[in-house]
Amino acid sequence: MRPSDSLSDSLVPDGFRVLDARLAFGTRVLFDDVSLSLPASSWSCLLGKSGCGKSSLLRMMAGLDVSSDARLTLMDTSHRPFDKRIAWMGQQDLLLPWRRVIDNVQLGAVMRGERHDTDRAMALLERVGLGQAARRYPQTLSGGERARVALARTLFEQAPLVLMDEPFAALDAMTRLDIHAQACELLSDRIVLMVTHDPLEALRLSDQLLVMRDSPARIERVLPPEGAPPRDPAGASISHHHGQLLKALTEQDA
Amino acid sequence: MTRVPCLALLRLILATAVLIALWQLMVFLGAPRYMLPSPLSVLHTLVAQAVLLWHHALVTLGEIVAGFLCGTLLGTVTALTLSRWAFLRSTVLPLLLLTQAIPVFAIAPLLVLWFGYGPGSKIVMATLIIYFPVASTCYDGLRQTQPGWLDLATTMGGSANRQLFYIRLPAALPSLASGLRMAATAAPIGAIIGEWVGSSAGLGYLMLQANGRMQTDLMFAALIVLLIITITLYFTVDRLCRLAMPWQPDRAGRHALINGERA
Repeated sequence: MRPSDSLSDSLVPDGFRVLDARLAFGTRVLFDDVSLSLPASSWSCLLGKSGCGKSSLLRMMAGLDVSSDARLTLMDTSHRPFDKRIAWMGQQDLLLPWRRVIDNVQLGAVMRGERHDTDRAMALLERVGLGQAARRYPQTLSGGERARVALARTLFEQAPLVLMDEPFAALDAMTRLDIHAQACELLSDRIVLMVTHDPLEALRLSDQLLVMRDSPARIERVLPPEGAPPRDPAGASISHHHGQLLKALTEQDA
Repeated sequence: MTRVPCLALLRLILATAVLIALWQLMVFLGAPRYMLPSPLSVLHTLVAQAVLLWHHALVTLGEIVAGFLCGTLLGTVTALTLSRWAFLRSTVLPLLLLTQAIPVFAIAPLLVLWFGYGPGSKIVMATLIIYFPVASTCYDGLRQTQPGWLDLATTMGGSANRQLFYIRLPAALPSLASGLRMAATAAPIGAIIGEWVGSSAGLGYLMLQANGRMQTDLMFAALIVLLIITITLYFTVDRLCRLAMPWQPDRAGRHALINGERA
């Protein structure tokens, strides 16, 4: 299913690669020489114990400050220059309380000093089913609705790479299942890397499962369940993989 | 969220009535008239001297409003400058603190010397008195922006200036508003002190004159007019702040003065 707001062809990369990532705080090296690849139109989930540096890795990819001793090369697999256009979803929905829903969706245009594109923002709100809430303030919305506005804001960015840092962690289980299905559909033409603490969420959404472990950390690929995301959380393959993934996550560091 | 302005107003009126009754009681108990005039005689003076009071009130009101506006403008600009350019913090911030170590009252005679007996010195006084509270609350607000918002703005390619005006400043508005409410009650102090030190018009001048002639009832009348000015200014500022932040939920806290502890 191709969203009406799909990226123009020139923007769709074959994939991204992270090469030679290093992060250290003083003498403590969290990871060094870590690399990973994100194939075209894929959803990758990055799991790992808290403090292993997975959120930091994501922040580094987004160009956000982490540490003075941090480096990373992010490139397009077709070796085209990467123009740094990423869309970011943080741990909360990060909606600005003083901007109406529609203006939150267009925040990127304001930040870059571009012309407002209210029509496109409105179309995106309609797509997440919140067209009627455009003129409301975010705090009058439910948690699920806010997450959907954040999703519309992410789509507005038209960035090929979407980086998510546990964006749905604050939602209740049922709402989360809904937003998973919607995110999966809406972001089908983007390359998504999502950090999560929830193995079930990762199994439901991943085309590629990445587990970060050991110290200094390395990234290990785990086979995702069969079938296309979003997978049925009650399916037999998910519960089978759930055990394996939990084992991979809790195994003693080598 | 419950709005019961009538009930709140009723309580305010009741409290005022009790206070006036206590006042009258003191007069009955034999407080000398030159020390404590009766509420009725004060009311009589208020009516009889309305023109005189009005004349002086306008002068003081002008000084207060001008001082409030100048102090707000200067304070906000200072806060914005400090948070935009980090290198200024280490030099300007200690200086700011140093100026606060000097009581404004102590330099009032100097201000009169520099800015004259007219409204100028009073406006400067009121400005100085509210400058620091406004600057520091606004600066605190600007510093405490939720880091996630700034991260988001950074990934969107927002420049430092855009982040300041579209993210940090709106996020600081609630703090700035509390600074402005504080300033609304402090600005009249500056104007009155200024008038005491040296002036030819204004409520402070009138009170000093009345005091010298033992016209205690006129002093009280002037005091009541000042009270009305200050309260009006406070609620106008409070109202404007809320109008500037339509997204803020209609919490009871905004009427903390009237609603008391009922949050």
